[in-house]
Amino acid sequence: MHPQRKRRLYGVLFIVIGVGIATALTMTAFRENLLFFFSPSQIAAGEAPVERTFRAGGLVVEDSVRREQDSTEVSFELTDGAHSVRVFYDGILPDLFREGQGIVAMGQLGQDGVFRASQVLAKHDENYMPPEVAEALKAAGKMPQHEMKQYQTDGYSRENDSDYESGYRQ
Amino acid sequence: MMLRYLHEWGSPPVFYQRAGRWQRVLWTLAALLILAGLWGGLVLAPADYEQGQVYRIIYIHVPAAWVAMFAYVVMAVTGAIGLIWRLKVAEVITSAGARTGASFTILALATGAIWGQPTWGTWWVWDARLTSVLVLLFLYLGFIALENAIEDRRNAARACAILALVGLVNIPIIHFSVYWWNTLHQGPTVARLSAPAIHITMLVPLLLMALGSMLFYAGALLSWGRALMLERERSSRWAAREAGV
Repeated sequence: MHPQRKRRLYGVLFIVIGVGIATALTMTAFRENLLFFFSPSQIAAGEAPVERTFRAGGLVVEDSVRREQDSTEVSFELTDGAHSVRVFYDGILPDLFREGQGIVAMGQLGQDGVFRASQVLAKHDENYMPPEVAEALKAAGKMPQHEMKQYQTDGYSRENDSDYESGYRQ
Repeated sequence: MMLRYLHEWGSPPVFYQRAGRWQRVLWTLAALLILAGLWGGLVLAPADYEQGQVYRIIYIHVPAAWVAMFAYVVMAVTGAIGLIWRLKVAEVITSAGARTGASFTILALATGAIWGQPTWGTWWVWDARLTSVLVLLFLYLGFIALENAIEDRRNAARACAILALVGLVNIPIIHFSVYWWNTLHQGPTVARLSAPAIHITMLVPLLLMALGSMLFYAGALLSWGRALMLERERSSRWAAREAGV
């Protein structure tokens, strides 16, 4: 290769590798601050701010949803498998809100440990299948579970236990 | 023989003619694949057990997002080729890539917002996946703005190629954002090491749409590249001949 072109090639490699390393270091440093939501365990451990707005994410506990008569007030338990937190919300829930489903709620944690949400978002998962297949899988007890670990935010859990290593549960 | 064929692509008039032929072939194939994919995805594929009919937007959203990311990698590679070998064709394709890539990124963001409203309950959230794709759009737009800011075409191409290379770091961030951080956006369904988490009847149309979108993108890249080449070479004799003046 022409020496001048070789020099330019090294220049290009230098840019790509240099920027890559710089970004990797920045990402590692900021990882904790880039969380989209806090898990119930983090809230239980007192890591979430009190009386300041933040997001809480987890699975809606089965049979925990209580609706008020004649109003849109609703309350439910949010869990990550280890801890849970009670959430109050007054408003219209998204279509995909249901028990066992992952949600992210935005709101404030009161002194009483209850989370008062001003917005509730449903978090759907990456599985797509026809209803008949879902029925058959449920009957056979092979339905892919909503990933509890998505809501367990103990530092770097998700990268290590992701589908990249554990494989799709059969 | 093969090398000579590739070498000829570096000549602007040869590029102009061959790209025109290839563009027609690519767009014909793309149209067939996209029609088959739409038929399969909107008519034959069943509704989803959880999301019902609304999930069908994946047939636009997912291919658009894949192409948006793929187009960036192509743009960085052709940018590097232009930087090292100073090939006019590479510079023109890089610049065409920013325009096609930006269009697909806008499509992915728009269809994502339309999907997010009924399923999540919001058009937009500042989670890592959505934000990193928005950064991708800004990289494309920044490329175009930088190119317009520099008068000299060759200098502009060099500066833009460096910007494209620096921005390459965003591509793995987009892909892994759903693993590295808590995001509202779900994890990958198809682009992962284990088996796809989508039923085969829904997967086949998705793959047809993805391949069709890729071919459409490649044709658009050539089409835009030809226009830019003609503009850049407007004072040359071959350009006058092609334009019929």
